[in-house]
Amino acid sequence: MRRVDRNDRPRVTLMLNGKRLSAEAEPRMLLSDFLRHALGATGTHVGCEHGICGCCTVLIDGVAQRSCLTLAVQAEGREVTTVESLAAADGALNPLQQAFRNNHALQCGFCTPGILMSFTDYLRRNPKPSTEQIRDVLSGHICRCTGYAGIVKAVEEAAKSAP
Amino acid sequence: MKPRPFDYAQPDTAAEAVALLAEYGDAARVLAGGQSLVPMLNLRLIDPDMLIDISQVKELGAICDLGDVIEIGAAVTQNKLLAWPQLKQKLPLVAAALPYVGHFQTRNKGTVCGSIAHADPSSELPLALAVSHGEVVLRSARGERVLPASEFQQDMLTTAREADELVAAVRFPVMAGQGVGFHEVARRHGDFAIIAVAAAAAKDNTIRVGVGGIAGRPMVRDIHGDAAGAIGAWAEELEGYEDLHASAALRRDLFRKLGPHVIAQAKGKA
Repeated sequence: MRRVDRNDRPRVTLMLNGKRLSAEAEPRMLLSDFLRHALGATGTHVGCEHGICGCCTVLIDGVAQRSCLTLAVQAEGREVTTVESLAAADGALNPLQQAFRNNHALQCGFCTPGILMSFTDYLRRNPKPSTEQIRDVLSGHICRCTGYAGIVKAVEEAAKSAP
Repeated sequence: MKPRPFDYAQPDTAAEAVALLAEYGDAARVLAGGQSLVPMLNLRLIDPDMLIDISQVKELGAICDLGDVIEIGAAVTQNKLLAWPQLKQKLPLVAAALPYVGHFQTRNKGTVCGSIAHADPSSELPLALAVSHGEVVLRSARGERVLPASEFQQDMLTTAREADELVAAVRFPVMAGQGVGFHEVARRHGDFAIIAVAAAAAKDNTIRVGVGGIAGRPMVRDIHGDAAGAIGAWAEELEGYEDLHASAALRRDLFRKLGPHVIAQAKGKA
């Protein structure tokens, strides 16, 4: 059994976007803060910090979930995938990102990293979703500027262009 | 918006988890999916000394078909149950209710047992368990006991669980072939229901109806004959409560509208 005292700061090691990284974390540190402050991966955004807004959604072992509702110590040895993984090394957008650009699916972009990660997981499970299914998944995110119509259109376009 | 400091343990077995609970009692909290617990930690509504993370305990991660009942372990996530191939056939009411539980992203992590243990009066899974006449398996260093849903959830966020007990599993009776209905009204899809109604039809024309979001726990009653009349009288009896989202009168009104609709759903599929 693994035990971590509240005053301990063990090294937490995880795979972030295919790269093995580690940093210290006390038990109460949230994964969202660990990614941003300890590992410097600031692509993941933090909005409400209680699981409502969806900004901080990342993949853990391929499954979309709120990094603000996960402790850093829980990510020990796990594979974490964030928005930084999506574009190619030369900055070329992936099809989902490109569809977001094409359809004006973002304005300020604060909520976008979480939405992209949600649909990265969802489209793998269900590559040809209905509009209703897209809206259902999107209900787990809050966008306060662009609205949802462009996002739904973008996901539809990404799904259509996929083989 | 950050938790206060706490000790953290990740037991490998249910026995280790139960031993920690015996040691810490109500100074410990069990972390399964964390979709209700971690928000409460972040908002500092709770301040446990010890967090017992059971999410990786393999023996708690199974969906077991025991014939008459389906037993769902404490680490089974809501989306794992939703993806269980036999769900629609064996537990049609759970299949109808689960898509209303939180969102895709929270169901990926949130557990079935965790939602029932949290005992929010407007939650869908405690309601489905109550209408199904399901049971909760409580394990402690002292042994194991099994409580019917009606005895487990006592009031808002209050259950019969003792401080040293782990909600190890819940048991849903198999409802194959039974007509079911489920519907709720929420401000936004996936939010807590203002009113949630579940119904299951029995062969003898009795409909078991449950309502969440109107009292401190799910209320269940068998209804025969005139659905609208019975629901109307029941709504008056229950009174309802007022909060940020709805007045008591709106809750009663929603129940009067939703009740007969959900009963018709259950009858239509029977």
